[in-house]
Amino acid sequence: MDLATFLVQCLNAVQYGLLLFLLASGLTLIFGIMGVINLAHGSFYMLGAYLAFALAPLFGDWYVARLLVGVALAALFGYVLEWAFFSFLYERDHLQQVLMTYALILVFEELRSILVGNDVHGVAAPSWLSGSFRLGELMSYPWYRVFASVACVVVALGLYGVVHRTRLGMMIRAGASDRDMVRGLGVDIRLLYRIVFAGGVALAALAGMIAAPLSSVYPGMGSSVLIVCFVVVVIGGIGSITGALVASLLVGVVDTFGKVFFAEWSGAGIYVLMAMVLVWRPEGLMKRGV
Amino acid sequence: MGSEAAGAPRDAAADGSAASPVDATPDTPSLPDIARRETGGWLVPAAAFVLLCALPIVVAPYTLDLVLRIAVYAIFALSLELLVGAVGLVSLGHAAFLGIGAYAAVLGSGDDGAPLIPLLLLSVGAAAAYALAVGALSLRTRGVYFIMVTLAFAQMAFFVVHDTRAGGGSDGIFLNAKPVLRIGATTLLDLGQRLPFFYTVLAALAATYAFLALLLASRFGHALGGIRVNETRMRAAGFSTYLYKLAAFVIAGALAGLAGFLLAVKDAAVNPELLAWNQSGVVLLMIILGGIGSLRGAVIGACAFTLLTELFQSDALLGPLAAHWQLSLGIAIIVFVAVLPKGLIGIGARWRSLVRG
Amino acid sequence: MRTTTSTRRTALASAAMLLAGLTALGAQAQPSSGPIKIGLMLPYSGTYAALGTAIENGFKLYVQEQGGKLGGREIQYFKVDDESEPAKATDNVNKLIKRDNVDVLVGTVHSGVALAMAKAAKDSNTLLVIPNAGADAITGPMCAANIVRSSFSNWQPGYAMGVVAGAKGVKKAMTITWNYAAGAESVKGFAEGLEKSGGKVTKDLNVPFPTVEFQALLTEIAAQKPDAVYAFFAGGGAVKFVKDYAAAGLNKTIPLYGPGFLTDGTLEAQGAAAQNMLTTLHYADNLDTPRNNAFRKAYALAYKSNADVYAVQGYDAAQILGAGLKAVNGDLSKRDQLTTAMRKTTVDSPRGKFTISAAGNPVQDIYLREVKGNYNEFRSVAVKALADPARGCKL
Repeated sequence: MDLATFLVQCLNAVQYGLLLFLLASGLTLIFGIMGVINLAHGSFYMLGAYLAFALAPLFGDWYVARLLVGVALAALFGYVLEWAFFSFLYERDHLQQVLMTYALILVFEELRSILVGNDVHGVAAPSWLSGSFRLGELMSYPWYRVFASVACVVVALGLYGVVHRTRLGMMIRAGASDRDMVRGLGVDIRLLYRIVFAGGVALAALAGMIAAPLSSVYPGMGSSVLIVCFVVVVIGGIGSITGALVASLLVGVVDTFGKVFFAEWSGAGIYVLMAMVLVWRPEGLMKRGV
Repeated sequence: MGSEAAGAPRDAAADGSAASPVDATPDTPSLPDIARRETGGWLVPAAAFVLLCALPIVVAPYTLDLVLRIAVYAIFALSLELLVGAVGLVSLGHAAFLGIGAYAAVLGSGDDGAPLIPLLLLSVGAAAAYALAVGALSLRTRGVYFIMVTLAFAQMAFFVVHDTRAGGGSDGIFLNAKPVLRIGATTLLDLGQRLPFFYTVLAALAATYAFLALLLASRFGHALGGIRVNETRMRAAGFSTYLYKLAAFVIAGALAGLAGFLLAVKDAAVNPELLAWNQSGVVLLMIILGGIGSLRGAVIGACAFTLLTELFQSDALLGPLAAHWQLSLGIAIIVFVAVLPKGLIGIGARWRSLVRG
Repeated sequence: MRTTTSTRRTALASAAMLLAGLTALGAQAQPSSGPIKIGLMLPYSGTYAALGTAIENGFKLYVQEQGGKLGGREIQYFKVDDESEPAKATDNVNKLIKRDNVDVLVGTVHSGVALAMAKAAKDSNTLLVIPNAGADAITGPMCAANIVRSSFSNWQPGYAMGVVAGAKGVKKAMTITWNYAAGAESVKGFAEGLEKSGGKVTKDLNVPFPTVEFQALLTEIAAQKPDAVYAFFAGGGAVKFVKDYAAAGLNKTIPLYGPGFLTDGTLEAQGAAAQNMLTTLHYADNLDTPRNNAFRKAYALAYKSNADVYAVQGYDAAQILGAGLKAVNGDLSKRDQLTTAMRKTTVDSPRGKFTISAAGNPVQDIYLREVKGNYNEFRSVAVKALADPARGCKL
């Protein structure tokens, strides 16, 4: 593999990793703050992708506007879902959480099937992002992928800003370290949970919206990405956003280069990575605590 | 039971210092109750067994297939019951062992079929080996991590069979010749014949049930129960809990491999969906449906779940909703888990407590 | 103790319910005269739903043209939606075979599901006519006298494309497809066709089904610089791949070839990215023959939509079955005569006349088509009367 190809593959790996980070950060926050294992997180990703598909004719080339509206809708949905369903899960044991969120996946998939059907849909990138630029002699690289990576970086910075520089972020970090103490200090923990949950859903949906032109929109897209997400969270450490970032990039690299070097065995690659991390650090790379 | 503060959400035990390792059911019965439940009351299982033996005379071939499917899934559910009910380890990757047992049976048969005993040992052995590897790594984690890690390892196995040429790819592989038990030139047992296969499956189910009942009543079983209730205390008492849990994990994996072997022979085909996490979710559902903490519950749950899916899929009863049976199933599960956390087994007790007010 | 009693009761109640339910599910035997029971196992939901409907329409159109009868007997249809799920295939086909006791099975689209159907048909000796699924194994190691196919084998269009590529001077090629049977077989056919003129496939790339994330592999293709790329994708995957290929700038330097599925039904979505692409298939929509024109007109009249290759395959499935039934005057008990007649017939298909190999697969012309605008236009006959080698078939 020559240098040019290597660099392009690195670019591919980083782009995939960043998108994964968006999804995993939402999951790790929900895990870390609320202690709820949520198997339906992939469904929020799917929700975002289908939102991108549904909103496309309404917004045309106003892509950023489409993203913002989609994120707002998803956050609202998350807020309501937390109030209606998830708030009842905090008191239950992990097995029941697993089963109820698993059932939720079934419900979401079928609702999707009823509302939107089972076809595979392409989502076009907006025309101002649909070209490619030459990467030297090798090939052209689509502008949209650059946009996706930049968007993820912007969101990551924003997330860092919120978590480390705002009051809300302070409460989140405190809640991640010691839930009961935060409650004891008089913070409205229910509202905090609802906001965090809505945020997690919004992040997942945003990931789905950004990914839609890259990976198309198809049934079951949520499940396939969910497990990779779990792997990222396990490797990075539950509740740690920095850990999620590092782990996502690692997974991106392993996945991309695995496809090239190991062909059909590449699917198992990230799990081998996870196994190695577990042998070394059973609680993930980063210590818990965002 | 006192160690689980009622109502406080469980902190993901990332630091491992929580009093109990993984959340078990909120209402853990005491050890003598488990022992009594498992070894006493042989009447009902025995009666059910006799009834099942008479079944081929009474029912149509299509229905017999259904009963076979229930029986194989009952074995699968029983194997998970050992992990979740007895030890309190919630594994979301148990389907991997079912699938590995099934794939080993098909791959080991080749084009001409294979003798029964070696093939069975291969299936069970392969599943047990994978369980050993996965267990050794996963049991280093606790709580929510354990759930995710078991899921991830099952997914790894899924990808191996789904993506690789060796694993057969996404369409799966066919079993060309069913295993036969032969001594010299005489065929003792041909699993390709319907009746012998039926009775073999029944025998396997009975054997699994009996084995687990005896295991749970033994000292080993009591130790497992102790680990579920309070692992730290057990460790303080001198038990190497990691090894006990690993042993239980491997046994559960091996039994799931047995179920996989029977499933492969029954369907004469395997496909990657056997290892998908849907399958792991389904078997968890079965045991919670029947009621955690009881072997009988596992069997009842397998039966109830299979019939429930048949029901939700039947055009005759549900019309257009039948095509979207997963929606009905999902809603039913949510309602069920919310209302009847102790499963069907708990219906009697709940009804009684409702009546008494 | 209380728990044990309630457990007992629950168990007994469940057992009773079970038994009651099970004895109710039975099937009755059918008389040997009267309507012929045809079981249609097709995708009526999911990605391939449109294909399933087209096949059924084509099938029923032929039956209608014969006055609603085949071999002098009425037809009674049973339908099962296979959802294109190989995992449920065995259970689904058993519903038709064991519960509904059909005389003939017709299906399906997805190769994995069809393999399960073929196995079940072989085990129960039920007649099976396959109107699409191209799995080579069905007319290969799994071939049987009671199984016939009216469509193609995955190998055929691939081989034809390989021959065309070789004739164009391709020496090194790469292939890319989903990791499933249809993809692998198509790619193998291409490799064989290419080798005939001394070319070689240097690397086979795979994408897990049904993902459509190709970026890393497109980079690999760019790095390896083959003379041509052969891709097998269908539906949404085909759209995405052709567009991504163009977005990577590869379509300007490395020609992209594929079987007809790469550009059938997808041209509107693919737009400029697909222009001038060459594909091979056993049908072209604008085949200007009287037979095809008449068929397309009748289909449009009956179903208010345009016929496609799937409708043709369904139509021909009915033709083959009809020819067999005519030879035995509708007497299904004359099984050997029936299956021989089905094999021996020359099918007057809208795609052109074709015969059936001993293994049960069409021996047919494969056409070369070029994308112009929103149509796959017929250019020439790539290979005439191409027969699948039917490796492993013992017939």
